[in-house]
Amino acid sequence: MAHESAHAEHYHPTWKEYKWVALILTLITVAEVWAYYIPELVASRVFVPGLLIMSAVKFVMVVMYYMHLKYDHKLFRALFAGPLVVAIITIMGLLFLFSKIAIRLSAGA
Amino acid sequence: MSNATTPAHEELGHHYTTTGLDSRKIAIWAFIGSECMLFASLISTYLIYKGKSVVGPFPHSAWTDPSTGRVFAPILNIPITSASTFVLLMSSLAMVLALSAVENKGKPLPPDSGWFDKALTSSKLWLWITCLLGAGFLGFQAYEFTSFVHEGLTIRTNLFGSSFFTLTGFHGAHVTAGVIWLGTLLAIDYKRGLLPSDAINVDIAALYWHFVDVVWIAIFTLLYLIPD
Repeated sequence: MAHESAHAEHYHPTWKEYKWVALILTLITVAEVWAYYIPELVASRVFVPGLLIMSAVKFVMVVMYYMHLKYDHKLFRALFAGPLVVAIITIMGLLFLFSKIAIRLSAGA
Repeated sequence: MSNATTPAHEELGHHYTTTGLDSRKIAIWAFIGSECMLFASLISTYLIYKGKSVVGPFPHSAWTDPSTGRVFAPILNIPITSASTFVLLMSSLAMVLALSAVENKGKPLPPDSGWFDKALTSSKLWLWITCLLGAGFLGFQAYEFTSFVHEGLTIRTNLFGSSFFTLTGFHGAHVTAGVIWLGTLLAIDYKRGLLPSDAINVDIAALYWHFVDVVWIAIFTLLYLIPD
C-alpha cells in the first residue's frame, strides 16, 4: 500500500514544461545582470531585495520542477526544507551577530 | 527468480523502506540537506568578511596599491560569470531530459514524431550534453581563477580572496564530482544501456546535479551581483 502511494506521486513534467522553466530561469538571469549594469538601480533601495527575490524564484523553480519536489513525496520536501530553514537561520544569525544586519529600534524602545 | 524470502521489488533493484520510498532517494535528499548547511556556513563566512579586506584587489571597486601605485580594477568579471551561470542552468535542463529519456526508454513514439522527438529519447545525447556543459562551467571557473591570480588575487591576498576561493572552490569541486558521476552513467549507458529500471540511479545523480545548480544560483547573486 505504501509502495503504491509512493509510486502514485512519481509524476515528472514533460519537455514542454521543462523548456518553459528553462526560459523563465534564463530571463530572470538576464534581468539580474541587466539590473547590475544600471547604476541608478544599484544605488536604489530595491536593488538588493529585488535580486534576492529573483534568486529565490530561480532557486524554488529548480527545486520544484527540475528536482521534482513539487510532485514528490512530502518526506523529501521535509528532508530538504528542514535543513534549508536551519541553513537560512544560521546565515541570518551569523550576519546579525557580526553586525552585518541589524534591527532598528525606535527611540522610545 | 523469485523466492519466499526476497520481495519482488528487491529483486528488481529497488530498496524500499517502510515508508514505501526508495532508501537511496531518502539518502540523497538527506545528503542534500546536509550540503545546504555546508554551503550556508561557507556563504556566511563570505558575507561576514565582505567589505572587510584591508588590501585589494576588491570585487566591485578599484584599488590603488599605496606602496607601488599600481591600480587594480574591480576583479569580478560579470559577463564571463553570467555566461557560466547560463551554461550551468542549461546543464540542468539537459539533465532532466536525460532522466526523462531513461524513464521513457522503450516506449513507442507516435508516427508523426520529428527528429527532436527522437532526440528526446536518447539518454546518451542528453548525458553527453550535461557532461559537456558541466565541463564548460569548470572551464569558465578555471579561466576565472587563473585570471584572478594573474591580476594579483590569490587565496592568501585578503579576506575576500580567502572566502571567495574557498566558497567557489568547494562549489567547483562539487561540479567536478558531478561531471565524474555523470561520466560513469554515460559509461554504463554505452556498456549495457540505461533502462527504465536504472532511472532511480539517474534520478539520484540528477538531484545532486540540480543541487549544485541551485547553490550556484545563490552564489551568483550573493557574491557577484550584490555590491559591497
